[in-house]
Amino acid sequence: MSTRLAKQGRLIDRSKQIEFTFNGKKLKGFAGDTLASALLANDQMLVGRSFKYHRPRGLVASGAEEPNALVGLGVGDRFEPNQRATTTELFAGLAAQSQNHWPSLEYDIGEVNSKLFSRFLTAGFYYKMFIHPRPFWKHIYEPFIRQSAGLGKAPDTELKDADTYEHFYFFCDVLVIGGGVAGLQAAKSAAETGAKVLVLEEKSCWGGRTPVDGGTIEGLDAEEWIARTVAELEALDNVTLRSRTMGAGVYDHSYILGYERLTDHAPGQGGPRHRLWRIRAQQTVTATGAIERPLSFAGNDVPGVMLAGAMRDYLVNWGVTPGQKVLVATNNDDAYRTAIALHEAGVEVVRVVDARESGGGELSDRVRDLGIRIECGRAIAKVKDGKRVTKVAICAQNGEGGAREEIEADAVAMSGGWSPVVHLWSHCGGKLTWDETQAHFRPDPDRAPTGHDGAPFVVTAGSASGPLGLAAVMADAAAAGAKAAEAAGRPARTVTPIATSEVTEAPMEPVWLMPAKADIELRMKTWLDYQNDVKVSDVQLAAREGYESVEHTKRYTTLGMATDQGKLSNINGLAILADALDAEIPQVGTTTFRPPYHPISMGAIGGEARGEIFQPLRKTPMYDWHDSHGAHWEPVGHWRRPYAYLRSGESLHEAVNREVKNTREALGLLDASTLGKLIVKGPDAGRFLDMLYTNMMSTLKIGKCRYGLMCSENGFLSDDGVVARIDEDTWLCHTTTGGADRIHAHMEEWLQTEWWDWKVYVANVTEQLAQVAVVGPNARRVLEKLNGQAGGGQAGGGMDLSPEALGFMEWQDGEIGGFKARAYRISFSGELSYEIAVSASEGQAFWSALIEAGREFGVMPYGTECLHILRAEKGFIMIGDETDGTVIPQDLGLHWALSKKKDDYLGKRAQSRSHMTDPDRWQLVGLETLDGSVLPDGAYAVGNGVNANGQKNTIGRVTSTYYSATLDRGIAMGLVKHGPKRMGEVIDFPGLDGKTYQARIVDPVFYDKDGEKQNV
Amino acid sequence: MKRYSAFAVAREGLRYHTGWERAWRAPEPKRHYDVIIVGAGGHGLATAYYLGRNFGITNVAVIEKGWLGGGNTGRNTTIIRSNYLQDPSAAIYEKARSLYEGLSQDFNYNVMFSPRGVIMLAQTEHEVRGYKRTAHANALQGVSTEWIEPARVKELVPIINLAGPRYPVLGGLWQERGGTARHDAVAWGYARACSEMGMDIIQQCEVTGVRSEGGRVVGVDTSKGAIDCDKLGMVVAGNCSVLSEMAGFRLPVESVALQALVSEPIKPCMDVVVMANTVHGYMSQSDKGEMVIGGGTDGYNNYTQRGSFHHIEETVRALVETFPMVSRLKMLRQWGGIVDVTGDRSPLISKTPVQNCFVNAGWGTGGFKAIPGSGWAMAELMATGHSSLAEEFSMTRFKEGKFIDESVAAGVAH
Repeated sequence: MSTRLAKQGRLIDRSKQIEFTFNGKKLKGFAGDTLASALLANDQMLVGRSFKYHRPRGLVASGAEEPNALVGLGVGDRFEPNQRATTTELFAGLAAQSQNHWPSLEYDIGEVNSKLFSRFLTAGFYYKMFIHPRPFWKHIYEPFIRQSAGLGKAPDTELKDADTYEHFYFFCDVLVIGGGVAGLQAAKSAAETGAKVLVLEEKSCWGGRTPVDGGTIEGLDAEEWIARTVAELEALDNVTLRSRTMGAGVYDHSYILGYERLTDHAPGQGGPRHRLWRIRAQQTVTATGAIERPLSFAGNDVPGVMLAGAMRDYLVNWGVTPGQKVLVATNNDDAYRTAIALHEAGVEVVRVVDARESGGGELSDRVRDLGIRIECGRAIAKVKDGKRVTKVAICAQNGEGGAREEIEADAVAMSGGWSPVVHLWSHCGGKLTWDETQAHFRPDPDRAPTGHDGAPFVVTAGSASGPLGLAAVMADAAAAGAKAAEAAGRPARTVTPIATSEVTEAPMEPVWLMPAKADIELRMKTWLDYQNDVKVSDVQLAAREGYESVEHTKRYTTLGMATDQGKLSNINGLAILADALDAEIPQVGTTTFRPPYHPISMGAIGGEARGEIFQPLRKTPMYDWHDSHGAHWEPVGHWRRPYAYLRSGESLHEAVNREVKNTREALGLLDASTLGKLIVKGPDAGRFLDMLYTNMMSTLKIGKCRYGLMCSENGFLSDDGVVARIDEDTWLCHTTTGGADRIHAHMEEWLQTEWWDWKVYVANVTEQLAQVAVVGPNARRVLEKLNGQAGGGQAGGGMDLSPEALGFMEWQDGEIGGFKARAYRISFSGELSYEIAVSASEGQAFWSALIEAGREFGVMPYGTECLHILRAEKGFIMIGDETDGTVIPQDLGLHWALSKKKDDYLGKRAQSRSHMTDPDRWQLVGLETLDGSVLPDGAYAVGNGVNANGQKNTIGRVTSTYYSATLDRGIAMGLVKHGPKRMGEVIDFPGLDGKTYQARIVDPVFYDKDGEKQNV
Repeated sequence: MKRYSAFAVAREGLRYHTGWERAWRAPEPKRHYDVIIVGAGGHGLATAYYLGRNFGITNVAVIEKGWLGGGNTGRNTTIIRSNYLQDPSAAIYEKARSLYEGLSQDFNYNVMFSPRGVIMLAQTEHEVRGYKRTAHANALQGVSTEWIEPARVKELVPIINLAGPRYPVLGGLWQERGGTARHDAVAWGYARACSEMGMDIIQQCEVTGVRSEGGRVVGVDTSKGAIDCDKLGMVVAGNCSVLSEMAGFRLPVESVALQALVSEPIKPCMDVVVMANTVHGYMSQSDKGEMVIGGGTDGYNNYTQRGSFHHIEETVRALVETFPMVSRLKMLRQWGGIVDVTGDRSPLISKTPVQNCFVNAGWGTGGFKAIPGSGWAMAELMATGHSSLAEEFSMTRFKEGKFIDESVAAGVAH
């Protein structure tokens, strides 16, 4: 059984007992425990079920590489699936549930997959099965397979995450990832140069695994050295230390992602749960250590089989032993440390099985001296199946698994050697080299990830570089810190040697399969990827079937695709593949290392921006007034505009109709502040605008306005708006609401890349001004009333708004009702209309003054839908309705806006291409249904027959369609083949409701064709 | 070659799977082929397959510099739909979708085509109108789609948040027979079928030059030596500009990174594919349980198969907004591919200035769904010189101004 020892446990505080639950069962642990160590202390070795076969699984590792111990944590709006027990710090009230089983962890029906079907459920099973009959995949096979998919439960779909998250920026000379002894030493070396240093450590404590492994540094016990060095670093102004923060990813241009878990160890305590660090570091030192590899023997997934290093961690850090009778299996000397630790803890080591014929070095001598039996050249043939290790059969390593001796044991410590953590090094293109002596891939320092200047920006330190012994680790780390600081522009420093204790180790020997010639029965029980249930036999099958590339093997077998991303399985799998292909391991290569190193929360990636602040909400100065006066909001870009103003008891449709009628008959106000307003100024501004607009803008007189069109280089209409000439070298360009930022950027792009020598400045003043369209027969009256000019003229002061003083398509600066204002006499509705701009800070006051003064004239605000209908009644086009990125001005009868006097404008040449001048292009017309109904939005007009691909031929489409309250019938605009030549013809529009709508082609101007209403 | 079936799996299970053969052969290149296809991704393999199946042309080599299916075919988010707006697009994507329906049976290899349905959410009035237009167009194009109201969206996607607050869901365009497929299996299925027809798939063979005589293509130089051919098809996606340069002409294409990511696997919670263009993200759940997530392209050209992290942030934010529970999942892995994008974001299936040299490229962010249709049209074009499906996708259309612009209907990568 696994249990807490009477003593030991450097990280736990036995005076602080903590209660928690696992599958509802009340258990106790200590402060400093991880969920994993606390479960082991309570003899809970069985922690989960595997993905495919639902095999019972126990803890294998003690850190982020753990593949089995995944649990659901928390309840309700704080529930999260797939949390690793090994990286979860214990806290009072923690509630964990194991995953992927039914009805319970102990008795899981799904285990029949393992017991009965595993010999069929091999790699590639799904590709070869379920092919016939065709409909069965969707309706029977796939639903069944999906039910067994996944690990943890989905979080509650109706609850929003109760926690918050934030983003954080950091800039430094040297970023050190990993706070083990190598990371600390590298940080120290870098900091000594004066460099600004940030050190990240994913765990809550510093020092990595050295305190567990033992040894001395600079004459101090490792633990003392760590405490001293951390204190020294903390005292330095140029060093920042962050524990519980993982280096998650390395990106182009030295952009590094950190992931800080602030409250996972104390949920609900306030503050953000996770913080995403977005770091720009001159240089990054990865001191990420090494991960131990499992040994591949039959039954290596039975609960109780554990990595030797992890078992040592549980003993030393948390005072927990996974078993009472432990067998140690190894191919290297490090596992002997576990044997010693077990012995010191009073746990019986029943045997050390060393696959090497010649056995180990100094450490093995010490083990032998402790009276522990060591067998060299031996292997584990098989661990007996079950929910717990009970018996281990051993045999000769160099055989097929015969002549077994059975040994009673309740736990197995295994070590297949150590591999450096190369993920961060590899994310951005760092290359690896195969190290024959250690049998692992390590970073190739000559092929580091490079930045924008081609210079390397990542340096490895300590065992992340390859060396495993303490002396080599410290020397490498000191050099790495100095090298990084120097590369970051700090003075070079000579690295002084660091004295450490030294243990002479015998060389490890690669053991990729145990025993070396294990038969198929054994190989089918030998796991490579625990979580995804990939076995040695699966990889061999993939190779046999031609899935020879390591990427094919991975994808065919799912090796390394589980939530641990192959931290334990990849190298072992590669070796099996290489062997099957009769190739060298480095020729087979690795799969691609991708961020994040370890899964990070989507919450943290999203950050603060959610809900109301998901995206910036742009508000006009009159926003609150609209909101309190029934505005039904419509998102337009980042703005929200009133679609219509609802009165009580009114439907949206009724509100829109009321607004239309009122504006036509009395007085309407539109908040037009969202329209883009770009000031274009400079000696070359006229010339510049002549290139941007299809019209001539340089000849516009001061005080006048002109409606202008803008096209893309490809000739397609992209924006429109009224341009006003302000003075000799200043124009104000109105754009559409959605176009303001886009057109501003478009202007800048041309100015900065093509016409960089033209003297023009563009300023976006959209938000500096509030703009109100005062529209309707009473428009002038309300403004004159505001000015105290009730009978006309200038009696009360303020701007003269008479038709003589301010004609159609003119603008004027002055005062209106005491507000400093600019009035444009322009109309997008066909009514008498003024658009009046005031300073944004006075927008609400001006709006209120208009509402107040307008009462006697029947004033009503109107929204975007009314705006659309008013313009459609007049046959005015709307960007985004009549245009969709494929329409040119010529299609819309806007030839009059295309200047013939200019040599060039953006889009001109494109508009001369053969398809653009094709007389068969669809052209703008008005459409009226025969019965007065409203044509369906987006409907197409059908012609005769079908095209070469069997699609019905179309001859036109509806671009805008509305019920016109003014005319009490449906009106529409559309693009129709030869449209303007077919006035009066009736064409058919099939609707989605099964009906065919018949519409007559008419002039697109439905209302006040002569423009009498706007010119009064 | 041995057929795959439940019986075969049972038989092999009883003899430790020792009887399975290679899915495709690994031949050395011959001196000459009737047709060489460069690029053993989905599109290249599909082209070869339909050359053989529809036109009996089997003296074909498919040359691949890496491993087959290792480019965008193995990196995409596996969405299959044909609810396109413009006629030429709808025609080829619907052809592809309908071929996907029977692909597993054609191949005797389960590509797990899952017509689980695709919803494109409308979250602005503008989108509502755009999708209604698409629905009208689709009805005439023979593509089965429908406009659905918010209540139906919620029924199909229980995990969705309809209420906003910023962009409430106003409805959606629903294609019931859209869905997903197992992307690797599509490449593998085609490869196995091509190999079965006697075609040579030559992996780890990089093309270093394109040889032509008198304006007519005669072969390619490769890392495994020169190989002659009568006709050449270049189907290499992100690297198409590099290859066309070897052949001596330029393509109207830019290559940019497109990223995707997956969550850790969870029990099934979403059975359809959802695309949310306003907030800019899309998501489906694989049969393994991972939420498969994609977003927009990077803003600059490159070939690194990585991308900028802020795109991942934007995409995840969009999905947290649309599916609040995503906030409590974890990102397991992110990756990138290089997509080749044309000026109108529609593909090229075209003859080229070099005689007998054809190009299939420019699928941008949406190529996976097109694979069977693309291969079908490309094979027809290469075999007969004409294909009605490919006609509008000529590389000369930009000179004529004859764009096939879908941006009105799909503002996001797909």
